[in-house]
Amino acid sequence: MSTTRYADMFANLKAKNQGAFVPFVMVGDPNKETSLAIINQLVESGADALELGIPFSDPIADGPTIQKAGIRALRSGVRTQVCFDILSEIRHNHPTVPIGLLLYSNLVLANGIDNFYAKAAAAGVDSILIADVPLREADRFIAIAKQNNIHQILIAPPNASNETLKAIGEKSDGYTYLLGRSGVTGTETAVEIPAAELIAKLTQFKVAPPLLGFGISTPEQVANAIQSGAAGAISGSATVNIIEANLTDPNKMLADLGSFVAKMKAATLL
Amino acid sequence: MNKLDSKFGDFGGMYVPELLVPALDQLEQAFLDAKEDPSFQKEFMGLLKDYAGRPTAMTLTRNIVSNPLVKLYLKREDLLHGGAHKTNQVLGQALLTKRMGKTEVIAETGAGQHGVATALACALLGLKARIYMGAKDIERQSPNVFRMRLMGAEVIPVNSGSGTLKDAVNEAMRDWSANYDKAHYLLGTAAGPHPFPTIVREYHRMIGEETRAQIMEKEGRLPDAVVACVGGGSNAIGMFADFIDEPSVRLIGVEPAGKGLHTKEHGATIVTGTKGVLHGAYTYIMQDKDGQIEESYSVSAGLDYPAVGPQHAFLAETGRAEYYAITDEEALNAFQLLAKKEGIIPALEPAHALAHALNMADEATEETIIVLNLSGRGDKDLEHVVNILGDKL
Repeated sequence: MSTTRYADMFANLKAKNQGAFVPFVMVGDPNKETSLAIINQLVESGADALELGIPFSDPIADGPTIQKAGIRALRSGVRTQVCFDILSEIRHNHPTVPIGLLLYSNLVLANGIDNFYAKAAAAGVDSILIADVPLREADRFIAIAKQNNIHQILIAPPNASNETLKAIGEKSDGYTYLLGRSGVTGTETAVEIPAAELIAKLTQFKVAPPLLGFGISTPEQVANAIQSGAAGAISGSATVNIIEANLTDPNKMLADLGSFVAKMKAATLL
Repeated sequence: MNKLDSKFGDFGGMYVPELLVPALDQLEQAFLDAKEDPSFQKEFMGLLKDYAGRPTAMTLTRNIVSNPLVKLYLKREDLLHGGAHKTNQVLGQALLTKRMGKTEVIAETGAGQHGVATALACALLGLKARIYMGAKDIERQSPNVFRMRLMGAEVIPVNSGSGTLKDAVNEAMRDWSANYDKAHYLLGTAAGPHPFPTIVREYHRMIGEETRAQIMEKEGRLPDAVVACVGGGSNAIGMFADFIDEPSVRLIGVEPAGKGLHTKEHGATIVTGTKGVLHGAYTYIMQDKDGQIEESYSVSAGLDYPAVGPQHAFLAETGRAEYYAITDEEALNAFQLLAKKEGIIPALEPAHALAHALNMADEATEETIIVLNLSGRGDKDLEHVVNILGDKL
């Protein structure tokens, strides 16, 4: 049995007529101590779930903002094991918030797939999304995820064929990462709110609840995403930009992150 | 699902964002359709012959080998238009670009050779090229930057990461994931996600096919070994492809040992490497224990890449092909020796393969025929070599 934190969260939000707001940050950005404070701040300011990156040298799906976050974390000495230490502490502080990892396949393979998922489960992780593992390569990761009670998250891109959406419907678990546009992460190009047609197809193929991501930086975009049928919205680069802008003033960084999350969360109220 | 096998054993595959899968499928389909289309084949063959200068010559060396038992032939890809084998597959992929109705080409380049080949093919075929190149490489390879720009390509400096080839590949893939509707990613070697390793091999396999015909004509038998340098592995797989099913022919790949395999400064991914995923394929890569990709190093920019084509990984693991490593110093010696003894200045990349072939020749105790793929000419390396050797010549 996988953890029920996502299911519980979606049920609670539905009862309150709200969508989910899920911020993304890189674990260890800019260093271990500040990162812990940042992630605690996100939860305390109203984040419904967390999407957290593990720093990697060659992030092909990321734009400049998240690339730089990874470089800051790596330069401060943060590697995968330190990330698990941070995650364990976050889980200890926040027993119910769903925690998802977003990372690249070589970090999983270097640990051994079994070992990586077991460590993630022990650290209290609910889901894993591997940015460079498409459906076609996903089966062996899904099998190990199941053994370790972790949801393997799949991506539904805007250009997905019916065949792909059908397969996502059969295999998706926890939530579905709905891509708001093509390209890489970043606020340089805004999200495109998906057509009602795509949302209808997701429903038809019974995919796990879709969270819309890529290019979301404003409360209006969050509100639009939820009104168009998404179960919530993920905001990565906009959140990380606040960290980058306040590297010399951690107190202001935390205060700005807090007010950003509160505003974005407020936009999820239908 | 894939129409062609996307893997070589466990190696290869499509480790890319879901977003790029439709673009890779479209490319696979276009490649398969083109194979069956006589008009495509006619245009490709016509360009290879009349524009690029195929078939290339095969030259028996006269002076460089002292062992009378050994004949060393050079497959002269250095004589191809553009100065290296790279023109072959670039012409093929540029024609595929047009076939898919795309008007733009994205490419990465390290030393600039693939960038130059891409620029010339795009100039010829009326495609708009933008070429990502590490900022450090742009400084080191300014003549090639000028060549690309002269032929109308846009050269985009990459400052992210280490500012070298692997970062240029990352940036090209990022661009492609936003622009696959109108742009083709013209990958420069037999690496990356499926179907690139297969397409690049097929569009270079005439190297081995011509070699077979030429050696049969000259010697009446197959060679005992074919030898080629391996960075990403495109010239080597082009030479090997037609001989894989000929067990009497040894397939020998030569990787860059840089300043020595005991240092961290080399690019011998197969000889020393561990398995992992880089740029869309599961293969041998250079990485630390946490899976962070490490920088490669070689005196030869064309071999300076921390991964290798997945079919080479498979050929190494199954034992069908053998891989060795040659240091900067050994390659520089071979580079000078070919110039002095045969009047041919090789690129530094095949100078690695040559150094190994000369070692084989020295050690041979029976009649041996070796064909070396001389994958490129050395003009591009002259400034670099002058800086290293100074007036020691």
